[in-house]
Amino acid sequence: MTDALNTYRSGPDERGHFGTFGGRFVAETLMPLILEVEQAYEEARRSDDFKREQDYFLTHYVGRPSPLYFAERLTEELGGAKVYFKRDELNHTGAHKINNTMGQILLARRMGKTRIIAETGAGQHGVATATVCARFGLPCVVYMGATDMERQKPNVFRMKMLGAEVIPVTSGTGTLKDAMNEALRDWVANVESTFYIIGTAAGPHPYPAMVRDFQCVIGEETRRQLHEAEGRLPDTLVACIGGGSNAIGLFHPFLDEPDVRMVGVEAAGHGIASGEHAASLNGGRPGVLHGNRTYLLQTDDGQIVDAYSISAGLDYPGIGPEHSWLHESGRVDYVAVTDDEAMEAFKLCTRTEGIIPALEPAHALAQVMKMAPDLPRDHLLVMNLCGRGDKDVFAVAERLGVSL
Amino acid sequence: MAATRTAPSRVEKRFAALKEEGRSGLVTFVTAGDPDMDTSWEILKGLPAAGADIIEIGMPFSDPMADGPAIQAASQRALKGGATLAKTLDLVRRFRQEDAATPIILMGYYNPIYSMGPQRFIEEAVAAGVDGLIIVDLPPEEDDELCDPAVAAGLHWIRLATPTTDDKRLPKVLENTGGFLYYVSVLGITGTRSALADQVAAAVARFRRHTDIPVAVGFGIKTPEQAAAIGKVADAAVVGSAIVGRIEDSLDPDGKATAQTVPAALDLVSALAGGMRGKVPA
Repeated sequence: MTDALNTYRSGPDERGHFGTFGGRFVAETLMPLILEVEQAYEEARRSDDFKREQDYFLTHYVGRPSPLYFAERLTEELGGAKVYFKRDELNHTGAHKINNTMGQILLARRMGKTRIIAETGAGQHGVATATVCARFGLPCVVYMGATDMERQKPNVFRMKMLGAEVIPVTSGTGTLKDAMNEALRDWVANVESTFYIIGTAAGPHPYPAMVRDFQCVIGEETRRQLHEAEGRLPDTLVACIGGGSNAIGLFHPFLDEPDVRMVGVEAAGHGIASGEHAASLNGGRPGVLHGNRTYLLQTDDGQIVDAYSISAGLDYPGIGPEHSWLHESGRVDYVAVTDDEAMEAFKLCTRTEGIIPALEPAHALAQVMKMAPDLPRDHLLVMNLCGRGDKDVFAVAERLGVSL
Repeated sequence: MAATRTAPSRVEKRFAALKEEGRSGLVTFVTAGDPDMDTSWEILKGLPAAGADIIEIGMPFSDPMADGPAIQAASQRALKGGATLAKTLDLVRRFRQEDAATPIILMGYYNPIYSMGPQRFIEEAVAAGVDGLIIVDLPPEEDDELCDPAVAAGLHWIRLATPTTDDKRLPKVLENTGGFLYYVSVLGITGTRSALADQVAAAVARFRRHTDIPVAVGFGIKTPEQAAAIGKVADAAVVGSAIVGRIEDSLDPDGKATAQTVPAALDLVSALAGGMRGKVPA
């Protein structure tokens, strides 16, 4: 598997496998529905009507294409590679999440589903789901860990204003993984009416492939925009990874360009050695959870352990299965960045570019800060600025010892 | 991929004996190591005498996606008490030294098994005296993971059928299923809703048109009356959350076992068994 393949873009196979990763590890109650979602998605994907509808809403509601911005002052500051930001933080609701929720709700409508459920960690996916539910008039239930609800009150309020019911999850450890368990339990009990909008490129097949496809608009636009600006392909792509949907969306359209280097950035929290991190690839091993085989944070006995990161959007103990495969095949490099490094990047971005990034892409930027100075000035580096930092100002203030 | 078994298995013998007695069976579920290994052993040891015909042992998992609050809490208690998959297998080994006849089914999720290594798990399970497996998150689409080698090693692979298992899906579910078919009578998670006996009867009748293997019905059965009603239409009734709930109720404020814990669980099992044998519970 380490030999270069003819293509890295043909996965998954018909069973939803990316190499040994992915699959459909779900309870029998869900299997008929999973197969139904797969079939409906296959039809939708080939439908011109679906494509037109999706394009319409991405253009007029989400605000695509997002700009590809030359970060000139940051580039000067780092003194090396020419750094571009793909500005997905300018999307409606402030992150890349809505690319996916829009696609999935259009599919849910095609399938005649009348109720939407979702899980959320930091609340960004919950807000993006509540938003499209409000737009299409569908009832929305969002499962959120009780601890996360406490930490992310503004997003909880936003979801409620948008008409969603936010259900606190206290089972397990009351975090994102438990919210996902609870959403799956709801789905099992309400299979006939309900569509589950999963927030990242993980879960049972066809979700990892479907979410990736909905996020590929990021990479496709980048390719076009960079060609217009520079007349060529990028040299390096950098994106942060929790579940990994923004990263796979940026990377996937370039996977078969052998000269494009790609770096996925996991959250190292207090450091991999501390055991308090969210780096599934750098600090975990393969396992099966939430419908797919992928790298997981787990004990020797196969019990899932909680992830930790300053960024609530990255602290998931797993990762999308396609990333696990790209990791093992060696096509993409996966590194990890600590809380402290991400905070430095957050400050640098804010001060040099006048852009307050979310803590998630601040991790990607921290990696750019490490790499860019050693690269030549004609090296084109694109980083996905996948979310804006408004949601994080409270957490950052607390971290800086400022009370608001 | 037929089993290489020559003699009837414990499960098959048990259902044959039940048929001879003219009654349906009681399948009881407890989580291994809940609330601690010693108490769990005492409960397990007492189950056959209390009237359990088949014993299901839950393998604790941090993320039991198909389970309701009662069994989730049991898993958490067990893990907190130091339960592991290896210790679950020890429990079965110990049980087998005292009881050679009561079938033991392990129920749980795939990750701890995957973590141990499927082949090693199968070898140890067979050696310990396990009779069958119910792995919630391994549908027929993933049979090559564990089902195929487990069946080849002589274990029963017990599949869940649900109200969403229509006639188109059913043959796929029945393929490789052995010992009995476990009908999850409601949409949802364990221990929440209850099914109506006549709906269950209709579902069981449908399965009988497709298979000769016994049908056990579970999810939402809590009382001797409900168990008796299900027993009239199915080959066995499965009770889990109610027993686990009794264990929970008996614990001290720190979640530790008390002198009431073992009797609380076994008394309910006796009452359920009595109900299924047509006796009014004391």
